[in-house]
Formats: sequence, structure tokens, C-alpha cells
Amino acid sequence: MLTTTLRRAFLVSLGVGMLMAASANFSVAQAQEPNAVVLKNFMFSPMSLTIKAGSTVTWKNLDGEPHTVVNDSGLFRSSALDQNDTYKYTFDKPGVYKIFCGIHPNMKETITVQ
Amino acid sequence: MSSNLPSDPSRRGALKCLAFGGVGTVFVLAGGILAPVDLALAASGQDPSVASGVPLFLQISDSHIGFNKEANPDVAGTLKQTIDFVNAMPIKPELTIHTGDITHLSKAEEFDLAAQLMSGLNITELHTVPGEHDVTDGTGTEYFSRFGKASDNKGYYSFDHNGVHFIGLVNVMHFKPNGLGGLGDDQLAWLENDLKGRSSSTPIVVFAHMPMWTIYEPWGWGTGDAGQAMSYLKRFGSVTVLNGHIHQIVSKVEGNITFHTARSTAYPQPTAGNGPGPGPLKVASDQLPRMLGVTSIKIVRHPIKATLADTTLV
Repeated sequence: MLTTTLRRAFLVSLGVGMLMAASANFSVAQAQEPNAVVLKNFMFSPMSLTIKAGSTVTWKNLDGEPHTVVNDSGLFRSSALDQNDTYKYTFDKPGVYKIFCGIHPNMKETITVQ
Repeated sequence: MSSNLPSDPSRRGALKCLAFGGVGTVFVLAGGILAPVDLALAASGQDPSVASGVPLFLQISDSHIGFNKEANPDVAGTLKQTIDFVNAMPIKPELTIHTGDITHLSKAEEFDLAAQLMSGLNITELHTVPGEHDVTDGTGTEYFSRFGKASDNKGYYSFDHNGVHFIGLVNVMHFKPNGLGGLGDDQLAWLENDLKGRSSSTPIVVFAHMPMWTIYEPWGWGTGDAGQAMSYLKRFGSVTVLNGHIHQIVSKVEGNITFHTARSTAYPQPTAGNGPGPGPLKVASDQLPRMLGVTSIKIVRHPIKATLADTTLV
């Protein structure tokens, strides 16, 4: 009797563990979505991105040097992103958006919203 | 005494410098030629051409308060070390210029800590220009609320001290994609007007964060419209242009204009083009203080010349 209860508890916790593992996998998959941009080695990656109107883009700085995400027509501007900091912006209207780093303006990317 | 020993004090100084591993070097500008002289010799006043100059001011740059990565986890400590070093100098300059990147991320608490540390300097007058790290919000709210008064919130301004005309310029605002630093038309017009009517014999010191000549375009190490500023300055007999930004010493002489970038008090950066970009350079911890330091500047009037001395923390 005791053994059965213990086994059941074990199975339940195993099930929870599997669920957690599954959700962890899910968030990894999300980070690799086309709407994620990384700033690494003084470059936006990818340097051009096409998304649907209403999509949110997430930028993450992986460099030890801070970067900013700045739209050249002044629509949005992140604060200085330290290493591993992120910034999000939702593009509501179709168009071509040029983006650069306000600290290192040679870093550029283009986002096309359809 | 061997007759083979160099009799020229500047050559002797250069050899001494090599022997000390480049601890400190004075660059004496005479007739447009930079000649290195030993710093200890200059400080002891044995070289009359150096000793006759008044120690006028000190340049500190790129303190990056707020930075905490492995290239230097204690930038507040190295700034404090710099300040202690200056306070211990036998002949102290009268004023200090900070050529920007006071902070790393333009945060209020970073500015507050920097101000608190710099108040420990035994030099009463502090002048600043912003670096791009001080104005990452685009408008420089935190910078101007603290340092905007001298320039009526423009950032650029001029003042006179001991017969020398000092000009602080801002070349880190309104970056354009792919661009170098820039001064902009308003500032250039102000500069032209500021210099108009001044005697060409007035010694000029210009200070700005980013180099005022193009050192390496792919990393933005230059100022796109600096040539226009130089066209207003070239008639003067002695122009010293001091910058920071690249965390290492690079010098150039063009006519009567001496260009010089200072070391950082926080961390070194790679030499131009060496690596993916101009980020913090991690060096062995015993090497770090040898790559951080300050610059002190003397101006001699007759004949007119500027003397720049770069000193590291050890």
C-alpha cells in the first residue's frame, strides 16, 4: 500500500518534471523565432527581417559593450542595453523601418513589415 | 663619461622611457615635431624647456562609471586610483577636463557616483563634454541636468584661462546611421563666430569626446565634419585638440595643430580594426593599470608650444 502511494507520487512528480521540460523547450523554440534579433559582435543578426503587421520584435544584446536600438525616423529608441538586456517593439503599420545603434551607428538593420 | 652618450636631453629621455617600460612619456611639441622626453625629468624641472611651462590642466577620459564586466569589474576603483594619483602630483594642474563617457549607460546613479568620486579631486575647476555613453537616451537629459549650465544646455562652450582659449565641442549627438561623430551646422557656425577676431597668437585648446580626425572609419573613430572646424583653427599658432573615446593614445600633428587621444580610466580597447568592434579589451589584471591613465598639458608662451604628458596608473 505504502509502496503504491510512493510510486504514484513519484509518477506525478515525474509528470510535472516532464511538463516543465516541455515548457522549457517551448521557450527555447520561441527565442529562435524570426521575430528575435540579437546584437552580437557589433552587428544586428539578422540584418534584415520581414514580419507581419502587429508583430513584436525582441532585440537582445549579447555583447559586453552596450548597444541601443534606434529607428532612424525617430519612431522608437531603446535605452542603453547592457549585456543580455532586451528591448521589444510592436510594429503596427506596414512599411520599411531602418534601425541602427545610437552608440555604434555603423550597426544597422532593416525591418520590413507586411 | 663617454662621448657616445646622447647629449640631447630629449633623446636621453626617450631611452630612459624605454628602460622604464613606458611608464610615462612627455611629448614636447616644438616646431611641429613631437619628441618624447622622460616624465621624471620633466617633473624634476631639469629640462628648462619643459620646466618653464605652467602646468595648466589635466585630462581625464572615459571613466565609464557603471561598467562591471570582466575587462574591469571595478571602474570606480580605478577612477579613484586616478584621482589619488593626481592628488599626489607634486605640481598640480589648475583645472581638469573630462572628455566624456563619464558614465557607461547614462543612468542617474552612475552620474551621481562619478560626481561623488570626482569631487575628491584636489582641483577646483572641472570642465566636461559628453561622450555617446552619456547621452544614450538621445537628448542627454541626465548629462545636461548636471553639466549643462556651462553651455546653456548646448553642450559646446568656450572659456579663457591663463591666456589660453579653451573650446569644448560636442560630436556625439544626433548620430546618423553608418556615420562618424558630427558637430552639425549650428555648432560650426558658433565655433566660427567664437574664433572670429581672436589673435592668431592665442593658444587654443579644443576638447571633444570623439577623435577630431578619422582614425578608423569602420568603427566610427572620427568626426565627419571636423575638417570644417579645422579650417577655422588652422591660422592659430598653437592648437591642441584633445579627445577620448578610443581608450588608447593616438597622436597626429598637422601644421600647428596637435591631435591627441587620451587613455581611459576604466578599460582599454583594441587597436583599430583588431577584432569585431571597439568593445572592452580584457587584459591580464596586472597589465590593466598600465593601460589606464591621465594626460597633463602645459602651455609655454615664448616660444609658443604645448607639452602633453601621458601617465599610467603604475
